[in-house]
Amino acid sequence: MTFEKFVFYVFAAVLVFAATMVITRKNPVHSALFLVLAFFTSAGIWLLAEAEFLAIVLVLVYVGAVMVLFLFVVMMLDIDTAVLRSGFIQHLPVGLLVAGAMVLEIFLVVGPANFGLEKYAAPVRHAADYSNTQELGSVLYTVYMYPFEIAAVILLVAIIAAIGLTMRKRPETKHQNPSEQVRVKSTDRVRLVKMDAEK
Amino acid sequence: MDALIGLWEWLGENLIIVQILIKIVVIVAPLMLCVAYFTYAERKIIGYMQTRIGPNRVGPKGWLQPIADAVKLMFKEIILPTAANKTLFLIAPLLTLGPALAAWAVFPFQEGLVLADVNAGLLYIMALTSVGVYGVIIAGWASNSKYAFLGAMRSAAQIVSYEIAMGFALVGVLVAAGSLNLGDIVRAQQGEGGLFNWFWLPLLPLFLIYFISGVAETNRAPFDVAEGESEIVAGFHVEYSGMPFAVFFLGEYANMILISALTALMFLGGWLSPFPASWVDGVPLLGDGMHWLFLKTLIFGFFFLWLRATFPRYRYDQIMRLGWKVFIPITIVWILVIGLAVIYQMPWWFD
Repeated sequence: MTFEKFVFYVFAAVLVFAATMVITRKNPVHSALFLVLAFFTSAGIWLLAEAEFLAIVLVLVYVGAVMVLFLFVVMMLDIDTAVLRSGFIQHLPVGLLVAGAMVLEIFLVVGPANFGLEKYAAPVRHAADYSNTQELGSVLYTVYMYPFEIAAVILLVAIIAAIGLTMRKRPETKHQNPSEQVRVKSTDRVRLVKMDAEK
Repeated sequence: MDALIGLWEWLGENLIIVQILIKIVVIVAPLMLCVAYFTYAERKIIGYMQTRIGPNRVGPKGWLQPIADAVKLMFKEIILPTAANKTLFLIAPLLTLGPALAAWAVFPFQEGLVLADVNAGLLYIMALTSVGVYGVIIAGWASNSKYAFLGAMRSAAQIVSYEIAMGFALVGVLVAAGSLNLGDIVRAQQGEGGLFNWFWLPLLPLFLIYFISGVAETNRAPFDVAEGESEIVAGFHVEYSGMPFAVFFLGEYANMILISALTALMFLGGWLSPFPASWVDGVPLLGDGMHWLFLKTLIFGFFFLWLRATFPRYRYDQIMRLGWKVFIPITIVWILVIGLAVIYQMPWWFD
């Protein structure tokens, strides 16, 4: 077994372990942290596949930003696990059925029939000066220009929708006006009064 | 000497892992020493700024103070709060220190003097600095204390906000240099104009935003709401004692040095000399070299301390306003400006 293969199996084992822990832990914070571990190990596997850009961006975006916000919310949740767990046996057959169907579907789509070595030849190793980022960028902004732009517009619409849904006028809350605060002078706040001495 | 070089080459061929380990030690050991004396410098400098003397009892002029502090912290009891999540409670400080040290792997100290010369170095550094926040969040949650938890929440919101501005500032550097490799970024700043060829001039707004966001990312004053001594005692590390507490501080100071060094590298030409090469040809010490990088790093390290001694803590809503409504729009506009400058090959920097 080459060293690379060994590293792959270690990462794969950790990934499967972390993914299992995500769905079996009782505490949602632990689940979220195992999800972080899962992202990290899959980034490691992508690095082995010479996809440095995607691997680092996975860590940067998902671990560094998305999961931080996720943890932020999960830590403040007060989940009653007893209620969540009730009826486990009752729902088990349906759950197994759905899970089985999904596994079958995934197998049919990404199985050896479509992604075997005869369909896609094993990729050639690139030299050390090969820049994954540059390649990705040049394809993304030429061949895949339209899908890329459309995805960007959809995301923009989603941002505007999310802000539109949550923004509401609340006249009862107090606001500060920073520019007014900056412009304030001492004469606006303090009034000096001349008084005769009290006797 | 020849025997040593022979041994080193033999290691590179046969036991490359040992060679890499030795290189890591050569980077990390001086870094830890710098961290120790950075704490001493902080206490002395802030002391003088506030017309005090600062530590002056242990050793001549207090030089042994950091050593004494380290020994004290090592022998203190590690208190685990009863209802704390013990594993996470102990992992948290390591998650702060780990990324702060790992980021140095791609840092070029001089032409060719870098542990791992990867061509996605800038991305790697961005990814690692964004991972550091987990230490703070996990510490706040695992302590099972309200103060710690409040500190963690504040820190999470602050770091996510400033990371965007920081990322955009780095996008500007990337556009200007045309490379993600940190060594290439420094080489792109080389030129006949000396210090006027560095990126601080064309990228001036991004330079300021990067450094200020860096101060916010390291949770230093005036952005230290995560600690907020006067509001929430010590914030996320209120329950920590002894060595875990010390590890948090090692991480924080290592991060400060990292941000200072990165600012020097990306905007002030790293190891390049401020004088044009034709002026100082053959003059010792004035040409390009590692000492320039250290000097620039020291200046930014001093800024960290100076800021702390000068400014009161930002209010939470002011922090959010500065990050989202001031920094992010400025960076987006300036990326456009730099993009145009690169396309039209603005003389001096981008021709």
